[in-house]
Amino acid sequence: MAPELGQYALVLAILVAAVQAIVPQIGAYRRDAAWMGVAPVAARAQFLLVLFAFGCLMTSFIASDFSVVNVFENSHSLKPLIYKISGVWGNHEGSLLLWILILTLFGAAVAQFGQNLPPTLQARVLSVQAMIGVGFLAFILFTSNPFARLDPAPFEGAGLNPLLQDPALAIHPPFLYLGYVGLSVAFSFAVAALIEGRVDPAWARWVRPWTLAAWCCLTAGIALGSYWAYYELGWGGWWFWDPVENASFMPWLAATALLHSSIVVEKRDALKSWTVLLAILAFSLSLLGTFLVRSGVLNSVHAFASDPARGVFILAFLVFVVGGSLTLYAIRAPSLKGGGLFRPISREGTLVLNNLLLSTACFTVLLGTLYPLFLDAVAEEKVSVGPPYFNAVFVPLMTPLIAALAIGPMLAWKRGDLAGVLGRLKVVAALAVLVGLGMAWYAWNVMPLAVLGFALVAWLALGVFREWAERVRLFRWDIVDSWRRATGLPRASYGMSMAHLGVALTVFGITASEAWQEEKQVIMRPGDVQTVSDFELTFVGAERLPGPNYSALAGTFAVTRDGQPVTILQPEARTFTNPPMETTEAAIRTTLAGDLYTVVGEGDGQGGYAVRLYYKPMVIWIWLGTLAMMIGGMISLSDRRHRIGAPARKPAETADTDRDSGALAAAGAGD
Amino acid sequence: MTRSALAILIGAALLILSLPAFAIFTEKPLADPEQEARAQHLMREFRCLVCQNQAISESHADLASDMRAIVRERIAAGDDNEAVRQYFIDRYGDWVLLDPPLNRKTILLWAGGGVILLVGIGLIFIRMRRSTRAGAQGQTALSDVEKAELERLMREQG
Amino acid sequence: MTDSAEQGGETPARRRGRTGLLFALLPVAAFVVIGVFLFRGLSLDPSEIYSVLIDKPAPAFDLAPLPGKEHGLATGDLTQPVQLVNVFASWCVACRVEHPLLMELKRNGTVPIYGLNYKDQPQAALNWLRNFGDPYDRIGSDLNGRVGIDFGVYGVPETFIVNGEGVIVRKITGPITPQILQKELLPLIAEMQK
Repeated sequence: MAPELGQYALVLAILVAAVQAIVPQIGAYRRDAAWMGVAPVAARAQFLLVLFAFGCLMTSFIASDFSVVNVFENSHSLKPLIYKISGVWGNHEGSLLLWILILTLFGAAVAQFGQNLPPTLQARVLSVQAMIGVGFLAFILFTSNPFARLDPAPFEGAGLNPLLQDPALAIHPPFLYLGYVGLSVAFSFAVAALIEGRVDPAWARWVRPWTLAAWCCLTAGIALGSYWAYYELGWGGWWFWDPVENASFMPWLAATALLHSSIVVEKRDALKSWTVLLAILAFSLSLLGTFLVRSGVLNSVHAFASDPARGVFILAFLVFVVGGSLTLYAIRAPSLKGGGLFRPISREGTLVLNNLLLSTACFTVLLGTLYPLFLDAVAEEKVSVGPPYFNAVFVPLMTPLIAALAIGPMLAWKRGDLAGVLGRLKVVAALAVLVGLGMAWYAWNVMPLAVLGFALVAWLALGVFREWAERVRLFRWDIVDSWRRATGLPRASYGMSMAHLGVALTVFGITASEAWQEEKQVIMRPGDVQTVSDFELTFVGAERLPGPNYSALAGTFAVTRDGQPVTILQPEARTFTNPPMETTEAAIRTTLAGDLYTVVGEGDGQGGYAVRLYYKPMVIWIWLGTLAMMIGGMISLSDRRHRIGAPARKPAETADTDRDSGALAAAGAGD
Repeated sequence: MTRSALAILIGAALLILSLPAFAIFTEKPLADPEQEARAQHLMREFRCLVCQNQAISESHADLASDMRAIVRERIAAGDDNEAVRQYFIDRYGDWVLLDPPLNRKTILLWAGGGVILLVGIGLIFIRMRRSTRAGAQGQTALSDVEKAELERLMREQG
Repeated sequence: MTDSAEQGGETPARRRGRTGLLFALLPVAAFVVIGVFLFRGLSLDPSEIYSVLIDKPAPAFDLAPLPGKEHGLATGDLTQPVQLVNVFASWCVACRVEHPLLMELKRNGTVPIYGLNYKDQPQAALNWLRNFGDPYDRIGSDLNGRVGIDFGVYGVPETFIVNGEGVIVRKITGPITPQILQKELLPLIAEMQK
């Protein structure tokens, strides 16, 4: 019963979405309050219907109803409950349902929390959201129905893939989708603004919280996926520039650029057409990612069903949504009047630089990802673009960006005093150079690139602190005054500091773990000892252990340091029978200083076992840094100013808004 | 390398190849640690043709295991890195390299990033120049209302 | 915050408008290009590796026969106007799919088929051939797969069409389907036999 109800709910949802797409749009054009009022109601209704459908699918999974094709293919009665639940979205059809659920969730949220938006804007935004919804619901209903039934119903499911039964992998898609799909709100705002023909600081202030929320979730999703790959795949790698990874990274880059660009629109009424374009591009890249993963066009370990028929549908949808919005942009953008002027050397200038570097990085990732396809289509030749390419082009772009990150927040708006700022940063610079030299001295065989990396990290981290210190007048040594200022600073500035610090931590983790990693691939017999970093690992032995649905070869390492026992590590190599698969379960000892990573492989038949031992210094900071970025984003999100929104647009009050922003600017010392 | 040593090495390689697929770790390394290190490094450069998103140094596939053995053999036989790469390119084409080569086919790829950066910088310059010019013109012209306001303020100042 | 840009002359404004439109069209144009390629990509297979040995001589090799069989396979055997070198193994499921087609070719005497037994146990291969039929005039036993690598083999089955000079003219990756047989293989063989 549940699957049928779910299907009916989806059909109703698409009807509601169609109404929501058309009626408010016309209402906004005609300034008809009743028609515009349809939007919030429809948005809430649509969300409830899709939520119901999602619930129906989840019920089928939990009850292991194998008469539903999707449940049969992707679940199994032996699966623990939590993985039955996560199995709902661990497949093509279910993940699309999750997609549309989050889309309608955000739509309902805009209906609920966007009450202080001008009615025409809210109506248009919700209308655009609904248009996207119609497309996805159509895709689901016509090509990827999760509620298709199987008759006769099989007794047992076929989906027991052990790789998917993992906590990080289970919650990675929801976060990722909250991010991807959340960017649809920024997209809808951008398209609505283009239709309206007006982009102004108020618009930027409304867009920011939604983009921030989506960005936080996307950061979490990417970080989770990366961390999962690190501990699960057994090679200590955490980023492979795989097409699907790139598909999630490109929207992140665009969203980061968007966040920063919208600041300029909000504060200075400038960079409007860049910002609108970035909002369109961020979500377009999300859609492109959806296409790449599901169409079979690119080679990837992650790809869902590779079905060219589905690919055509998504491509058509992509053409309509992206092509349509970019055409609208081409028509309307030139008439967006630029506002505040600024010198190249100014805070706006550094934000433009930020835009430029992030956009270029995003583009090169796109180029590298699509190039094999391009070359095959044009010249019928195959070339593979792997990590060496991406690392070679990405790192040189990010380096100046990180350097500028310390300077930008300290420059004034409109006309900045670069010499002054650099002067105030000279202690920071000196310390950074010292750190770099110190690292070079400490590990004299370290690569010059690593030295640069450490110096940059120190520069950025200390620069963040210096900027905060300046705002609270720390170096005037008036503790009371500094305290007062510190507690009075807007949350958004703490969010910024935290997020930038997170960048420094992540780069630190990357640099340290890449520069100082130790790796040993050896064959060990029981009793053998290997030294990795300052640990001695004694291989105690290996034995066969049965598991619930696998047979494992478990190795045991006794880890000591300076003769003192530290821990016991037990990596496993698991062999599953249904489906037949082998996985490695690395045993990792994680500390802030570094990870001791052990993997055991097969025996050589003569009593020895092949093992891999790594020491990866500071690697956990990579993900702690992303956590800091997320926390920074959430702090910014909690800033009161985002919840107040701008007052309604009346001629007299335009001056008020300016005065407000002026006052805030003065209080925040050029925030 | 003497012929008998080579024979032993090839024999060992053949023996290793007859082991089951999971024997990714139990392959015998080369006797010379420097050569083995070079072999390990080189292995990271070749894409596995079966598990196409992994290097042969990581792939569990049979073919990857064969290719690793070939890398070791070639290095032991005295080939330099370029020769080993060429060996695989001759059989599988440029695709087998994870690092796309820089040639006529891939020039767009390698240059693309730089091109877009320059285009971006160019766009920015043009926009900045135009807006400053417009702004400069705009700023010198006050509206009548503003002129009147200015005069009133100046009078109030004394 | 008055925007006084319009007060700065008409011609510069119109010029600005036109270049503005040009810049604004860039994203759409780029998207159209990408879209075309994505569409084209739907009909391509990203995991297929094209052979770099097309129009090149087959690699030099000399393989022993399977135990009990008379003929092995070597480069010097590739002298017919056209012959197929078919890479197969008893453990390969897809080979079973194309096998009937090969048997049919053998029955009709269309083209000599030589087998490259890739990384197989000789006894298992013999059993397989006994069970399902032997379409091969000659079989080379490639125990360690090196000859396969020399041919650029990366999966089983694969079939190479070699001409009288020992030059590889075409490669079929994956099993030969009836469609491939009708549309590509038979016409090619007919042409080469002229």
